[in-house]
Amino acid sequence: MSERPQLPERLRAEFSELLTHYPERQAALIPALHRCQEELGGWLTPDTLEALAEFFGLEPVEVFGVASFYPMFQLRPVGKHMVAVCHNIACELRGAEDVLREACRVTGAKPGQPSSDGRFSVMRVECQGACTAAPMLVLDGVFHENLATADVARVLGSVR
Amino acid sequence: MSATPLKREVYLLSRIDLPDSHTLSVYKANGGYQALEKVLTGGFTPAQVIQLVKDSGLRGRGGAGFSTGLKWSFMPDVAKDARPRYLAVNADESEPGTCKDRVLMEKDPHGLIEGILVACYAMRVKTAYVYVRGEYRLSYERVAAAVQEARAAGLIGQKILGTDFACDIWMHKGAGAYICGEETGLMESLEGKRGHPRPKPPFPAGSGLWKSPTTVNNVETLCNVPFVITRGAEWFKSLGTPKSPGNILIGISGHVERPGVYELPLGISARSVLEECAGGVWKGRTLKAWIPGGSSTGLLPGAKIDVAMDHDSIREAGSMLGTGAMIMLDETACTVRAMQVISRFYDHESCGQCSQCREGTQWLAQIFARLERGQGRMEDIELLSSLANGMAPAKTICALADAAAIPTHAIVKNFRAELEEHVRLGRCPLGSAHEAAELEEAHA
Ligand SMILES: Cc1cc2nc3c(=O)[nH]c(=O)nc-3n(C[C@H](O)[C@H](O)[C@H](O)COP(=O)(O)O)c2cc1C
Repeated sequence: MSERPQLPERLRAEFSELLTHYPERQAALIPALHRCQEELGGWLTPDTLEALAEFFGLEPVEVFGVASFYPMFQLRPVGKHMVAVCHNIACELRGAEDVLREACRVTGAKPGQPSSDGRFSVMRVECQGACTAAPMLVLDGVFHENLATADVARVLGSVR
Repeated sequence: MSATPLKREVYLLSRIDLPDSHTLSVYKANGGYQALEKVLTGGFTPAQVIQLVKDSGLRGRGGAGFSTGLKWSFMPDVAKDARPRYLAVNADESEPGTCKDRVLMEKDPHGLIEGILVACYAMRVKTAYVYVRGEYRLSYERVAAAVQEARAAGLIGQKILGTDFACDIWMHKGAGAYICGEETGLMESLEGKRGHPRPKPPFPAGSGLWKSPTTVNNVETLCNVPFVITRGAEWFKSLGTPKSPGNILIGISGHVERPGVYELPLGISARSVLEECAGGVWKGRTLKAWIPGGSSTGLLPGAKIDVAMDHDSIREAGSMLGTGAMIMLDETACTVRAMQVISRFYDHESCGQCSQCREGTQWLAQIFARLERGQGRMEDIELLSSLANGMAPAKTICALADAAAIPTHAIVKNFRAELEEHVRLGRCPLGSAHEAAELEEAHA
């Protein structure tokens, strides 16, 4: 018999404070999902979702239902570094597909799947709000804007 | 266009080039928190603040252009309604082309906070949430830090500026869904649920967050408020046009020399934004098409660039002001490819509640993709129109379906020849159907 998964104490403490911002407990769920993804390995494992369900007094399937609605939440293993390339219209007009292709070439990853060495995931994403600085990519949450295709290797090299 | 030249005066972005513009000390040294002081200690009743905002003619900058003062007046009377009440600040900014709220949050977060506090005073709200899209890390950090500074300085919390006014502001991070920018989707998301928009009525002022009276306002809207308070309604109306007063942040992107976010009076001619601010179409090329207000406003022909950027003029020209996000396409761009990209976005972002939208956005995306690949049929053009007619107006819970249908109607109306040419040639005449398809499939 396996133990029911639990959140680490420091996250429980953090989330208890978060709850004070809202009249109802569930409102803290999405911020908590973010923190778990950041702190617990870059993606939301079934154990993490179950632990969150326990904390919030929800069914695991309810937590999964929320998490799966939001593109920023990863429900499958991801590479150590996350590369998100905007492919929406303003970036498209200034070379997003070239940036994406170059990001795939440099990392050896296919869009949506981790590279075989597990170092990178490359994702196509919708508009990130950097339209006047297109094209762009997001590396581990940090925006890299006004990219030329030739810049991609240097940007990704910064974490290699 | 109006005969008298529009008055030019920068206020929204007046501080952003100052070093440390995001800090309380710089904000205060440059006129900050005077509006709050004026309403709290200058004998303004909440009703008078609402009246002032109404008189100014300020219209929401989140896309719909609704009167801000009027919206605030829909909040029920506190004497008759004891429920808690909320302000939800819409910082989800996800309409493709739009990146103006980000400038305000990164560079002038106290301006937003002051706007929030004045709005809360006017509507007798004690709790505001700033719903920031999850990808805007720096915006979130800057506003969060400013909230802390303001709290420490007695500007947020109990007894603000020594008065009986109490107000809390909490930060809340979204997780990457366009639909959560729709005001009722935002409320569901803030409650920790899937971002499924709610049917209206009830309207948020009657039943919003946790079934309590709620107002949703855009970041830029709220950033206008302190200036309306300190400088007055007449000053505000001296900028822009009679029906669309004030300045607007216009982001111009795509095929221009200097993409950027520019603060301009409403009613400015689109040509002057393109030529004077953005340095014209890049590489000496000509303008083929442009989008006036984000991806959900219809593409206009490049020749129709002498249009004033205000709500009525753009509607007359056959499109919408939307978020004032101009996206420019030069002569080498393919409008069918542009619609392939835009329709793919709506397909991805439809929440799936309403079948018209869920199915409609998927069909539009597939049809634009096959037209662009040269595999379309002439009947597809009629099919696009009939699908779009099946989706909007007012056929679904929220306006995401409209956002997909409107640009579809626009391309059929304004660029029909280009659609037909794709079918006739069996390929994209501009050769822009690149290997993207392969990479897209890998992602699916
Ligand atoms: C699909 C959809 C997406 C929207 N996204 C946003 C957004 O990202 N930011 C925003 O301020 N308003 C957005 N809106 C408009 C909001 O519903 C709402 O009208 C606005 O936040 C009201 O604020 P305002 O009156 O200050 O403009 C969106 C509307 C729809 C239908």
